[in-house]
Amino acid sequence: MLALEPRLSTPGWLHAATPVLAIALTMLAGGALFAALGKNPVEAIRVIFWDPLIDPFSRSELLVKAAPLAMIALGLAFGFRAGIWNIGAEGQFIVGAITGGAVGLAFYGTPGLWLLPLMALAGAAGGAAWAMIPAILKIRFNANEILVSLMLVYVAELLLSALVSGPLRDPDGFNFPESRQFHDSATLPIFWPGTRAHVGILIALGLGVAAAVMLHRHVFGYHANLLGSAPRAAAFGGVRVHVMTAVCLGLSGGLAGLAGLFEAAGPVGQLVPSLPVGYGFTAIIVAFLGRLEPLGILLASLVMALTYIGGETAQFTLQIPAAAIWVFQGMLLFALLAVDVLTRYRLRWRRGVRA
Amino acid sequence: MSALLSIQGLTKTYPGVLVNQDIHLEVEPGEIHAILGENGAGKSTLVKTIYGLVMPDAGRMLVNGVEYQPRGPKDARAAGIGMVFQHFSLFEALSVAENIALGMAKPPGRVELARRIRDVANAYGLPLDPDRLVGDLSVGERQRVEIVRCLLQNPRILIMDEPTSVLTPQEVAALFTTLRKLRDEGVAILYISHKLEEIRALCNRATILRSGRVVDACRPAEKTARQLAEMMIGIELLRPLPRLFTPGDTLLRVLHLTVPSDDAFGTTLRKIELELRAGEVLGIAGVAGNGQEELARVLSGETRVNAAKVMLDGQRIGHMGPSRRRRLGLLSAPEERLGHAAAPDMNLAENAFLTGRKRQRLDYRGFIKSASTANFARAVVRKFDVRTPGIATPARALSGGNLQKFVIGREILQRPRVLVVNQPTWGVDAHAAATIRAALRDLAAAGTGVLVISQDLDELMEIADTFAVLEGGRLSKVHRTRSLTIDEIGLMMGGAARERSFARA
Amino acid sequence: MSGLRLSPGAAVTLTAILALVVFSLAAGLDPVLLTVSIMVAAMPLMLAALGEMVVEKSGVLNLGVEGMMIIGAIAGFAIAVESGSALLALVAAALAGAALALVFGVLTQVLLANQVATGLALTLFGLGLAALIGQPYSGIKPPPFPRLDIPLLSDLPVVGPLLLSHDLLLYFSFALLAAIWVFLYRSRGGLVLRAVGESHDAAHALGYRVIPIRLAAIAFGGACAGLGGAALSLIRVPQWTESMTAGAGWIALAIVVFGGWRPVRVALGAYLFGGVTILQLNLQAAGLTPLWLLVLALLLFAVHSTARALAGAGAHIRALFPLWLATAGAAAAAVYSPIAIQAQYLSMAPYICTIVVLVVMSADRLRASLNAPAALGRVFHRPA
Repeated sequence: MLALEPRLSTPGWLHAATPVLAIALTMLAGGALFAALGKNPVEAIRVIFWDPLIDPFSRSELLVKAAPLAMIALGLAFGFRAGIWNIGAEGQFIVGAITGGAVGLAFYGTPGLWLLPLMALAGAAGGAAWAMIPAILKIRFNANEILVSLMLVYVAELLLSALVSGPLRDPDGFNFPESRQFHDSATLPIFWPGTRAHVGILIALGLGVAAAVMLHRHVFGYHANLLGSAPRAAAFGGVRVHVMTAVCLGLSGGLAGLAGLFEAAGPVGQLVPSLPVGYGFTAIIVAFLGRLEPLGILLASLVMALTYIGGETAQFTLQIPAAAIWVFQGMLLFALLAVDVLTRYRLRWRRGVRA
Repeated sequence: MSALLSIQGLTKTYPGVLVNQDIHLEVEPGEIHAILGENGAGKSTLVKTIYGLVMPDAGRMLVNGVEYQPRGPKDARAAGIGMVFQHFSLFEALSVAENIALGMAKPPGRVELARRIRDVANAYGLPLDPDRLVGDLSVGERQRVEIVRCLLQNPRILIMDEPTSVLTPQEVAALFTTLRKLRDEGVAILYISHKLEEIRALCNRATILRSGRVVDACRPAEKTARQLAEMMIGIELLRPLPRLFTPGDTLLRVLHLTVPSDDAFGTTLRKIELELRAGEVLGIAGVAGNGQEELARVLSGETRVNAAKVMLDGQRIGHMGPSRRRRLGLLSAPEERLGHAAAPDMNLAENAFLTGRKRQRLDYRGFIKSASTANFARAVVRKFDVRTPGIATPARALSGGNLQKFVIGREILQRPRVLVVNQPTWGVDAHAAATIRAALRDLAAAGTGVLVISQDLDELMEIADTFAVLEGGRLSKVHRTRSLTIDEIGLMMGGAARERSFARA
Repeated sequence: MSGLRLSPGAAVTLTAILALVVFSLAAGLDPVLLTVSIMVAAMPLMLAALGEMVVEKSGVLNLGVEGMMIIGAIAGFAIAVESGSALLALVAAALAGAALALVFGVLTQVLLANQVATGLALTLFGLGLAALIGQPYSGIKPPPFPRLDIPLLSDLPVVGPLLLSHDLLLYFSFALLAAIWVFLYRSRGGLVLRAVGESHDAAHALGYRVIPIRLAAIAFGGACAGLGGAALSLIRVPQWTESMTAGAGWIALAIVVFGGWRPVRVALGAYLFGGVTILQLNLQAAGLTPLWLLVLALLLFAVHSTARALAGAGAHIRALFPLWLATAGAAAAAVYSPIAIQAQYLSMAPYICTIVVLVVMSADRLRASLNAPAALGRVFHRPA
C-alpha cells in the first residue's frame, strides 16, 4: 500500500513545482465542476484564466488587482510563518480605507504633496490599530486571534456602511450611502497613462523586496520561522511570543490598511460600502500559493488577480455569480495543501497490508 | 521444554536503518527475561513488534506453539500479551477507571470495573483510586495504572519497557515485589532495561542486543554488572579519575523561590534555595515530573520571576529573559533536544544562531551575519565531534547523541559563567555520554559553575561535586557528593515522597 | 442554609428569562413569541456548534463550519424545492455537509495538511460552491417545514407555542444534544473518542485507529453543520440568499469555546447568541437605545458574580457594589437620555458579543487548558 514517509530535507525544485501542479489540478477540477453545472468547461477556463492575459486593458488591471493582494499577503506571510493567524485582513483593509479616506475627506480640496503620504500613514495606522484588537486580546486574555480577527471583519463592514451613510456621506449625494469623490490631490497618481495602474503597484513591488530581505536576512524573519516551527525552541532562544504576536498582527494589519487606502484613493476614488471585495481573504490564498515567500507572493498575486478579472468577465459572458471565484480560490488552496504533502513526505509503496 | 513465546528470525528495517536483524528469542512461563541493550540497540522496536505496533519485514512469532501475527495491540491482548510503556500510554484528563477501560477488550460496567480494579490493586500491592484523574497522579502511580490495566486482562506474557527509569528506589523495590509475585504465578515477563544492577537482582535470563542483533545471552545473576555492561557496549569501560574540588566565588544564587505552575498538571516550585560557585558541578537528582523542567526554565529565563529571586554575580536577573541572561553569561541546555534545545526543521547553522547570537555577536543591528554564524556552527561540529554531513543539515536528521553533543557544545564554546544542563545524556549512546560528561567536568575545571539536572544517579555520582534532590517541587539540602552513598540518596528521595503523601491525606 | 442556594448558572438563566419578559412587555411584544423566535434563531447555531464540539473532542479543529453550513443551507433548500419533502431536504443537507467535511478530513488526516489553512479553504470553497448552486434558487419560497401538531395540546396558550408546536427539527436538535451527551459520557465509543482527542499517540499505542475515528467525527460534525445550515435556509429565514450564513459558522466555533467543550453548556451558548441576535433586531425595530444591551450584559454579570459571592467563591459581596451601581447607572442613562444610533451599530452586537465571550472564557488559562482536548489541532502521523 501507499505510505507517507517524512523527508529529512526537501529538494528546492519541489517547492517551486508544487504551486504549478496545484494550479493545474484546480483548472481540471474547476472544469469538471463547470461541466457538472451545465456550462462549457473549456469556455469557462478560457474566460477566467486566459482571456485577461490577451486583452491589454485587462493586463494593466491585473496589476491593479494584484497590488492589494500582494501587499496584504506579504504582511500575512510573517504571521503565518510564526503560527499567528490573522484571518481578518479584510477588516483591517476596510478600516485602513476608512481612516485614510477620512483624512483625505477632512482636507478636501487642500492641495499639497503632503496629503497622500498623510493618508497612507493614517490608513496603515488604522489597519494596524484594528489588528491590535485581536493582538491585545490574544496577549492579555489568550483569546483566539482567528475568531476575533474574523468577527472584526463583520464589524468593519458594518462600520463602513454606517459611516458612509452617516458622518462621511457625500453632502451632495442625494442620500446615497457613499462619500464624495476624493479630490485630485487625494488620489493616487497613475504611472501608466491610459490605464488605472497607480503608484501603489510600485510600492507593493518595493515592499516585496523589503519583505524578502527581512525574511531571509533579519532576525525578525528568523524569529518568525522559529516561533512557527518550534515554539519551545523559540522561547528558549529568547523570542517573546507576546511581542511577536503584536508585531506580526500589527504589521499585517498595517499593510492591509495601506492596501485598503490605496484601493479607496486609487481605482475606486471614494468610500463606498462595496469597497471590500474579499482581497483580505484571497490574500490568504496568495500567501500560501506563494509559499509564504515574498517573491513567490508577488507572482501568486498575479495568478489570483487573474481569477478576479476572469471571474468578473465570466459574470457577464457565462452568467456565473461573482462568488463563484471563491470556488476556484478554495479549490486552489485545497490542491495546494494536498500537493504540499509531497514536499514534506515521500510517497512509497510498502509491502504487506496493514490496518 | 515448550516456550510460551518464540521469536524466529525477526527482521525490521526502516529506510537506511536495520533496527532488528534476525532476532531469535524464547520466553518460558514463570521467568523474568531481560532484554538488555543500549539506547538504539533495537529493544523498543522488538517489543513493539511483539505487541503488534510494528510490522516485521521478515521472521515469525509463535505463542504456545501457535503462529502469531498480530495486526495491532488488540490481537496481542487477545493472545494474552500485555505491555507497560516507557512513555505511558495514558490520558491525563481521564480518570483511572476510564484509562483502564480503554485498555480492555470488553470492559465491564462502571461499578464492576471499579471493584475489579480495587481487587487486583490490593492483590498485587498497587493501591489505586479508580475515580481520580490520571493527570493528578505521581509518576509511580501512573505506572500502577498501566500495570493494573494489563493485569485485568490476565496476561500470560507481560512486557515492561524501561519500567524503573521514572521511579524512586522505594518504588522500584515495590515494583519488583509485584513482578516476582506474577512470575511465581506463571506469568512470563519480558523486562527491557539498560540498568544492570536491576537486571542482576530480578531477571532469570538475559538476551543482549547490540545494533539490532542478538549478540549474547546469559544468566545475569552469574555475571558482574561490569561484565554485563561490556557485553552490552562491546568495549571495555573507562572510569574518569576523581577530581579535587575547590569552590570559588558564588556565581549563581536562587533565593526562596516559589513559582506556581501554569500547566494544569505541572509542578509548583516551592521555596527553592541554591547556590552555585565557580568550578562547582552541582547535581540535582530526582525522578522526572518533580519540577526539573520548571526549575530549568526559571534558570534559563523562559519563566520570568521576581528580579531578586535569581542573582548572577550579585546582579538581580530574575526578571530577565533568555537573551539578556546569555549576554551576562548564564547559558543553558534544555532536556528535550528536538523542539526545545534545537528547532528540528532548521539547519545546524540556524540552530547555532539560536543561542549564539548575543555572546558570539552573530548579528549586526538585527541583520544576520551568515559567515560568522556558519563559522561558529562549524567550530561546534569540529570541536565536539558532531557526526553530520555539514552545517546545512537540519537538526532532526542528526542522531540523538550527535545532536546532544551539538547542543552542549554550542553552549560550552560560548565560554559561559554558569551553565545549566537538564538531562545531559538522556537517551544518548555511551560514547557520546562519556564525551559530554568529560566536557562538563573540563568546563567546571576552567572555572565555570555547572548545574546538572539528571535522573541518572550514577551520572551524578560520577560528575557532581555537590548534590541535592528535587522532589515534589522542593529542593533538599545540598550535600557533598563524596559523603553520600546511593542508599542515602534513595532515602532522601523517598523521605520527601513520604512527607508529601502525608500532606495530601 | 441549604434551602435557598442558587447556582450562578441557574441565577443567570433565571435573570435572563425575567429580563426577556420585562423587555418584551415594555416594547409591546408578546414574550412567548419573542422566546419562540429566540429558539428558532438558536437552533442553527446549536446544531452546528454541537457537531463541531464532537469534532474538537476528537482532537481536530475544523474551521470550515461556515462553509459546511452554507453548503447544507443550499443543498437542503434545493432539495426541498425540487422534491417538496422536508425529510429528504434534511438528509441532503446533512450529506452535503458531511461530504465537504470529508474533503477536510482526507486533507488533514491522511495528507496531514495544516488544519487552519484547510478549514479556511473549506469556508471559501463552500461559500463559492453554494453561490454557484444557489443561483437559480434566489427569491423562491421553500415548502413549509412540518411542525409538531398535537390536537388540543399544541393549541394551549403559552405552553403550546412555547413547547408543543415547533418545527420538528427543533425537537431533533434537543434529541441530538441528549444523544451526544450519552455517547460522550456513557458509551465506550465516546470514551475512545475523548481518548483520541486527549492523546493520539497513547490511543494509537493501545490499538485504536486514530485516523478512522477522527474521520468519522469530522463527517458527523459536517452533517450537523449541514443541518444547521438547512435550519437557516428552510426555517429561520426561510429563503436562499448568497452568503446567508453571515458568520454563523464562525460564531458556532466561538460557542464551542464558550461551552468549554461540554454539550449542555454549548447548547446554552447557542441560546445566548440566539437571544442577542433577536434582541438587537427587536431593539432596532422598536427604536430603543442599544444601551439596553449594555444594561443587560452588566446585569447578568452582576447576578453571576453575586451568586458566586453568596456561594462563597469569587469576590467578596461588598466588592460587587460598584458593579451594581454601574448597572443601575446604565439603566438610568438608557431611560433618561436614550442615545439614538444607526442600525448598523446594533447589527454589530452578535459579533462583538462573540469577541467578549471569547475573551471571558479564555482569560482563565488554567481552566481553559483543562477543558480543551489536549491534542486539539495537533497533527497525528501514524508511526510505521
